[in-house]
Amino acid sequence: MIEASRIPILKIKDFLVASIQVELYDKSAVLFKDNLLQRIYETKSKGLILDLTAVEVVDSFMGRIITEVGSMARLMGTMLVITGLQPAVAITLVELGLELEGVYTALNLEKGIATLERLIAEGEE
Amino acid sequence: MPEERIVPVRSDLDIVTARVEGRELAKELGFGVIDQARIATAISELTRNIVQYAEEGQVTIRPIEDGGRTGIEVICEDEGPGIPDIELAVQDGYSTSKSLGMGLSGARRLMDDFEIESEIGMGTSVIVRKWLR
Repeated sequence: MIEASRIPILKIKDFLVASIQVELYDKSAVLFKDNLLQRIYETKSKGLILDLTAVEVVDSFMGRIITEVGSMARLMGTMLVITGLQPAVAITLVELGLELEGVYTALNLEKGIATLERLIAEGEE
Repeated sequence: MPEERIVPVRSDLDIVTARVEGRELAKELGFGVIDQARIATAISELTRNIVQYAEEGQVTIRPIEDGGRTGIEVICEDEGPGIPDIELAVQDGYSTSKSLGMGLSGARRLMDDFEIESEIGMGTSVIVRKWLR
């Protein structure tokens, strides 16, 4: 499952940023999810950004993985924000009936960081 | 006309192969990026059904013409256990496995035509088509 380990998970300040640039097989997507949660635990990050700018297909399996990462991160006290969803991906997700409920989204990485900072500030009030 | 592509399906790796082939053919036929994503996503859902329920099968992706219009046809076949109740299986959200149950209903919504045939113990065949507008 080389694909999952090829996705770098970078730490920037209190956040982790991972950008998916390869086609993920089902098994590597599951492994990637596990890697993300392990990195959250190790780095004690308050937020996670999953950048999907380069992703051309999100099917129901990948959609479920994303929703699960959001729920699992939240249980660990970390907020997930998805960034860079292509219009075609957003359209197919809604037509599929998958609206990634409970997952925060932002237009791009910069706005994603702003969203995370706001969510974390609200959480600390 | 571009040639048809046949993808043997044996594992989750082939789900990616099938949808990449489908997207490429859709692009060659002149489908826009949004339809390319719809076609690739439908192929992904249907191919995953093969892997989950039948373990192996085959996906054929080919250009089609009908009365002056051009389209893409995807045939997903397996010799798996078959579907006992097709009407139930194509309902929104129906699933007997751990997926979200969007395989068949999702593929149907993303494509223009949807046909399914299944026989218990013999296998399942799903044909979907999308036409260029």
